[in-house]
Amino acid sequence: MSATIEMPVVKDTFNADGHAHDAQPIYLDYSATTPVDPRVAAKMIPYITEHFGNPASRSHPYGWTAEKAVENAREEVAKLVGADPREIVWTSGATESNNLAIKGAANFYSGKGKHIITVATEHKAVIDAVRELERQGFEATYLQPEPNGLLDLTKFKAAIRPDTVLASVMFVNNEIGVIQDITAIGNICRENGIIFHVDAAQATGKVDIDLEVLPVDLMSFCAHKTYGPKGIGALYVRRKPRIRIEAQMHGGGHERGMRSGTLATHQIVGMGEAFRIAREEMHEENKRITHLRDKLLHGLETMEEVYVNGDLEHRVPHNLNISFNYVEGESLIMAVKGIAVSSGSACTSASLEPSYVLRALGRSDELAHSSIRFSIGRFTTEEDVDYTIKLMRSKIDKLRDLSPLWEMFKDGIDLSKVQWASH
Amino acid sequence: MNSIYFDHNATTVLDSRVLARMLPWLEMQTGNPTSRHIYGRSARDAIEDARGQVAEACGAYASQVIFTSCGTEANNFAVKGITANRPKMQILSSKIEHPCVTRPALAMQALGSVSRQIAVNANGQLDLAQLTEQLNIPTSLVSVMLANNETGVIQDLASVAELARTAGAFAHTDAVQALGKIKLNFTDLNVNAMTISSHKIHGPQGAAALILDKRLDIQPLLHGGGQERGLRSGTENIAAIVGFGAACELAATNTQSFITHTLALREQLERGLAQMKVTIFGGQEARLSNTSFFAIGGIEGETLVMALDRKNFAVASGSACSSDSSEPSHVLLAMGVDADVARGAVRVSFGEQNTSKEVAEFLATLQDEILRLKQLTAMAA
Amino acid sequence: MAYSDKVLDHYENPRNVGTLDKNDPNVGTGMVGAPACGDVMKLMIKVNDAGIIEDAKFKTYGCGSAIASSSLVTEWLKGKTVDEAYAIKNSAIAEELALPPVKIHCSVLAEDAIKAAVADIKAKQLAKASA
Repeated sequence: MSATIEMPVVKDTFNADGHAHDAQPIYLDYSATTPVDPRVAAKMIPYITEHFGNPASRSHPYGWTAEKAVENAREEVAKLVGADPREIVWTSGATESNNLAIKGAANFYSGKGKHIITVATEHKAVIDAVRELERQGFEATYLQPEPNGLLDLTKFKAAIRPDTVLASVMFVNNEIGVIQDITAIGNICRENGIIFHVDAAQATGKVDIDLEVLPVDLMSFCAHKTYGPKGIGALYVRRKPRIRIEAQMHGGGHERGMRSGTLATHQIVGMGEAFRIAREEMHEENKRITHLRDKLLHGLETMEEVYVNGDLEHRVPHNLNISFNYVEGESLIMAVKGIAVSSGSACTSASLEPSYVLRALGRSDELAHSSIRFSIGRFTTEEDVDYTIKLMRSKIDKLRDLSPLWEMFKDGIDLSKVQWASH
Repeated sequence: MNSIYFDHNATTVLDSRVLARMLPWLEMQTGNPTSRHIYGRSARDAIEDARGQVAEACGAYASQVIFTSCGTEANNFAVKGITANRPKMQILSSKIEHPCVTRPALAMQALGSVSRQIAVNANGQLDLAQLTEQLNIPTSLVSVMLANNETGVIQDLASVAELARTAGAFAHTDAVQALGKIKLNFTDLNVNAMTISSHKIHGPQGAAALILDKRLDIQPLLHGGGQERGLRSGTENIAAIVGFGAACELAATNTQSFITHTLALREQLERGLAQMKVTIFGGQEARLSNTSFFAIGGIEGETLVMALDRKNFAVASGSACSSDSSEPSHVLLAMGVDADVARGAVRVSFGEQNTSKEVAEFLATLQDEILRLKQLTAMAA
Repeated sequence: MAYSDKVLDHYENPRNVGTLDKNDPNVGTGMVGAPACGDVMKLMIKVNDAGIIEDAKFKTYGCGSAIASSSLVTEWLKGKTVDEAYAIKNSAIAEELALPPVKIHCSVLAEDAIKAAVADIKAKQLAKASA
């Protein structure tokens, strides 16, 4: 079914890059954001044109239609993740969901303890929310993952203190795509009376999520990583046993007091539709994407000195993160303009720091700098992958011809023993 | 729906020209504005264009515009963010503020601040004498809305800002209802921060902005990827921001015609109302030209609103955000209106698409409904 | 990040990529930077007996601006005396390539590479003279 849907295109012109795809780079950055599925857009548009009411307006049908659409969407979101619709709170996106879950739960339960456990490879929205709580007097443990990106459960257990109140671990990592064992971590939290939050922004439509059985108390979602619109997300807040959070945005008392503010009906509708499609198509889609990812992997791993970052087995098929040794990261990005990819997470691309996620895996600065995240999705084709393999191989060769490090490596010099001139 | 829509202060229909600018970003958009490839860069450019349009419409500089997801978020950001980084002092707002200003102010009490609300007079104007007196107590922030959502009454913000500055307090104004309805100039208002929102000016829901004096040390509400100069993390809602920009551009050019058009409709409405024994709230004051808030003696507002709805007129009995409850409007109570009279209040807020014919039909229907409801009440009594 | 046309040109078509014979007494080598800093530049110059730079080659591990800076200086160096080469300032490189502030360090590195190569050739000449 998805094969009949064409990749939506950005209309802007693009400087010619001297190759076949000069007008439009191939989009392989689905983990940064996905295009809106045309079926989602079609469903949204009536809600910005005809049914434009404020869902909180109870006095006229404009408001009622909007409210009904919002509730239908809430049901769709709940269905994808095995939740009760009453457990879904709308937010403006995963950043807000993460902030609301972490600050909201920590503040509400601060009487029980002031220690939080999270992981060094979490999204910035989680790390920075925890850092903010540290400024407010909480203490935090940032666990280092194993070199494959997965959490060692014995280390997690060892980090638990009598005053540990909250743990936050992401389902699927945005940079390396590894899937944490949420069930096992959740069970440990349950045994120790710790509230467990999971950032699932990168998980929806990629892995099965069933909150009926998952021992998770709070879970963050967003639409724009699952072919829905930007600016809309949700937070799952468990009802049985009931989890309480302190609101972070106060006002009209929308979302049962947990999140005030006028909600964008068309965006909520879009998220509902995106999650409905994900529920119906994810298993077929994942098979196709797995095939494409394996093809890409085989096309690249046959080169010398390439390293896959993160475990390949416990990983979503959408993600392939590879370091190309002896090639500098930024020049690499310039070289591969024919494809749109990320070096590190999109949210930190603006800075020149190497990816903190790869650093946490124990990768050297150089390997972290020379990493590329290929993330593939619904509209990626076989041809896209073929082109990418060809492009990567030729550009890596070119840059290595330019690289004094590659020359030294080829000459058999151990670079770790070289005394570098400081500057 | 064939309803006649008189509830423009709650939300407005998206302008088709705004939709046209948004569609590429809704249907074909790809690209996280933080990404460095072409998809990301064109998204970034679109956001910066919109930032310029928003700034232009409210007399600010583009660098002063911080995009948020809604007006509620911008108000929470202003109140909590500005006061969090100051010594814990008094936070002043008014008794007619939207809850998304007063509630975060109350929430800051947990951290040691004290929240107080300045009274308004019977016409809905802020009591400047009381403000002056309260400012003798060290105050971190004064937040007073520019135009009230229910009555449309416009506050003397320049005086509020001047008093606040003199007392060493920062000034914030919720100008959500003022944007596009009066000439709005952030620099002239002399406040430190100002909230505006997209969906009140025929833009989409999902975008708003805090206009902020960059010298202010503000604490972010949302922490994360560091978007919006680190002040508002979260992937930007490009389609909504582009729509907000386009709506601002239209609103800025149309402000004068909006005022002329809606003022004529309101005069027609209020001439008709004058013959029905109604009280018009804030009628003596400078008001938004599109807003008329009135009560009809002896009739409960919610009942009248429902009756009007059956006749296909969409009006409000209070602000949309509080219409969940049947509590009388806090704005009217602050103005000293009797609770029973306040419960009978009906708000009509016009937009540019409304016509004189619609107003005439509304007046005729209103007269019929009043008669019918009075008979019902009489029978019940 | 927006690159100037000149940076893009040097990046796409780098001039004088390669190596010279480092054991040649007329060849001076300068290698500056460190992999951990994200850039390593190797610059080699061949100087004739009249003290004129006859040839220059480079290899650079680094961003587009670093590659462009080193490519540019190889063009500039040819035909210059060693002393003229030594006088090249990073500001001239930055200006020629219109480097943004965040990339000025690339031009500094290129200047350092020239100075290191010149120092190397001078040391070799000194050794030759005293031999």
